[in-house]
Amino acid sequence: MSELTLTSAVVLSFLSVAFFLAFVRLLRGPTLPDRVVALDLIAVVGIGFVSAYAIASDQSILLNVASVMALIGFLGTVAFAYYLRRKA
Amino acid sequence: MQDAVCAALMIAGTFFMVVGGVGVIRFPDLYMRVSSSTKASTLGAGFILLSLAFHFNELGTTMRAVATITFLVVTGPVSAHLISRAAYGIGVRLWEGTIRDELRGRYNPDTNVVESVELESNEDERPQAP
Repeated sequence: MSELTLTSAVVLSFLSVAFFLAFVRLLRGPTLPDRVVALDLIAVVGIGFVSAYAIASDQSILLNVASVMALIGFLGTVAFAYYLRRKA
Repeated sequence: MQDAVCAALMIAGTFFMVVGGVGVIRFPDLYMRVSSSTKASTLGAGFILLSLAFHFNELGTTMRAVATITFLVVTGPVSAHLISRAAYGIGVRLWEGTIRDELRGRYNPDTNVVESVELESNEDERPQAP
């Protein structure tokens, strides 16, 4: 069990690196679609982060959070795409 | 044994997540970044959710994990297509080293329709991205 706790700690720190990379693109992205892509990536990495945390803390109820994040992330991207097309 | 499988799946998922993040930073234009972000991160989230299903080993949790994976796999390409198409419509440039642009001269920005014959106006007259 302690190996799994250690693995979870390593996995959570590497997922933080992925968060950071996506966040850099969110800040730097030259155009609005670049930022939307970065937000989409942040949502998906968040799903992975919550799932890894559910394993680390042994709480299966956190899987609901991951499912809802998947739904909201998709809706957000679709809304942004619709907004971009309307604006053009 | 179960912990080993769980840890291996989690590490594989994290690897793909980080690869997706690096791709989003390093690739030179939006369309490549969409490709990197969508495919790599969907695979990564799928692996981590599978690892969660292995860890808890209950029917309800496994079903929810599989449902979330299915939703991610179905919606990932849809959202990538939507955002790339909207970006092409508002005139986001391709990388200057891009060899082939199949939509060039065929995309009608007024109607958002891809025509089967070449239009009069070419890509250079598309409005520029803000």
